[in-house]
Amino acid sequence: MSEPNLNPAYTLDQAIANLQQTEDASARYYAAWWIGRFRAAQPETIAALLVALEDETDRSPDGGYPLRRNAAKALGKLGDRQVVPALIKALDCEDYYVRESAAQALEGLGDNRAIAPLMAKLTGGLEKAQLVEGKPHLTQPYEAIIEALGALRAIESIGLIELFLDHFSQKVQYAAARALFQLTGDNHYGDLLITALGGAELQLRRSAMMDLGATGYLPGAQAIAKAFAENSLKLIALRDLWAAHQQKQECSESKALSPASREILKLMDSLL
Amino acid sequence: GAVRALAATRSPLAVPQLTTVLRYNNPGAAVAAVDGLIQIGDAAMAHLMANMDGYNYGARAWATRACAGIGDPRALALLQEAALTDFALSVRRAAAKGLGFLRWQSLPQEEQETVQKAIYDTLVQVCEDPEWVVRYGAIAGLENLTTQAVHYRQPLTTFLQALLKKEPEAIVGERILLALENISPM
Repeated sequence: MSEPNLNPAYTLDQAIANLQQTEDASARYYAAWWIGRFRAAQPETIAALLVALEDETDRSPDGGYPLRRNAAKALGKLGDRQVVPALIKALDCEDYYVRESAAQALEGLGDNRAIAPLMAKLTGGLEKAQLVEGKPHLTQPYEAIIEALGALRAIESIGLIELFLDHFSQKVQYAAARALFQLTGDNHYGDLLITALGGAELQLRRSAMMDLGATGYLPGAQAIAKAFAENSLKLIALRDLWAAHQQKQECSESKALSPASREILKLMDSLL
Repeated sequence: GAVRALAATRSPLAVPQLTTVLRYNNPGAAVAAVDGLIQIGDAAMAHLMANMDGYNYGARAWATRACAGIGDPRALALLQEAALTDFALSVRRAAAKGLGFLRWQSLPQEEQETVQKAIYDTLVQVCEDPEWVVRYGAIAGLENLTTQAVHYRQPLTTFLQALLKKEPEAIVGERILLALENISPM
């Protein structure tokens, strides 16, 4: 089951060489993406990505660091935890999107050292969590930070995250509900997301659906299947929900398919 | 709104208008039109097939989904091509499932085995698709094919057992387990 070879002529050696050079910014940017996409984890790629994560040459018109964003994303996919300190440092980058990619990467790597630095980004609560003037984003990548804390099982962050249930952005509210379900197991938070699936805006329904998938909250399966959204997305959300549920049940090592599995597969079959 | 009302008539007379809707770049309306065409069923097939070549890519993708849902075996070649080569994974997924649900039982006896084999061979190939959800669709399709084409159960069991060993996506592995259970002799 090979990954799609998007560009068969492109090789790992070429990706490494392109990432190490500094002449051609777009070739370097693509190489960082490619290494993450094909999970090419080895000493040379990781070293080159760590250099790229501190790059000063590739700047966007608004002052951002496009290469750093891709480097952070790729590092989150390679599964090597030695890069955690570098990603924690990237949480302080002036570029919002580098901070967001770093938070997502830290979630992907699942290392507890990220918990305290991520929690520090939530200090100031709702008062600090405002839109940046002239930008389409908040002061911090709150969704990514909160989702990472939930995935990292950071129960010490429950109190901080609860505040964000009242944030003005629905997407931040959903991220908080998702994380709080993961941290407390309280069905109330799963039900909040189910209610959100009935909302009027497609973008928000999609967002709530993916958050519900991440919780593994079983009553969410029916709700996802019935929501007004595209089947492609529902199938992904149901797969995620099944995987998250499965992870929780892992201790019960039984070979037979569980009733929950059967129900979710049946729903997925109906959406093909 | 209007498309939904037209679809609700379930009348073959609505077919030309419903297929016209597939040409607009409006996913909400297209979903309603596809649902309507599937409800109308075989009576919509001739029109869909006759007009397929004139569709733009988007309309063709929606029409393929409609054919996948209708299950008329005249769509065999169309669905084979879509399942194996379409650019959009949602079309490959729907076509794979549709192949497994084609009603080959409605064909003359002497044609059935050829069509079954075409479906089986195609879906086995689709199980190599790089996208998990397309493989999932192919497995659901293969399982359904063998609910009545029972002589494919043994080869499918062998095939799925081998596939299970190399399947990287856990949910697809779970679907393979379910298929193996469903096709195993009582």
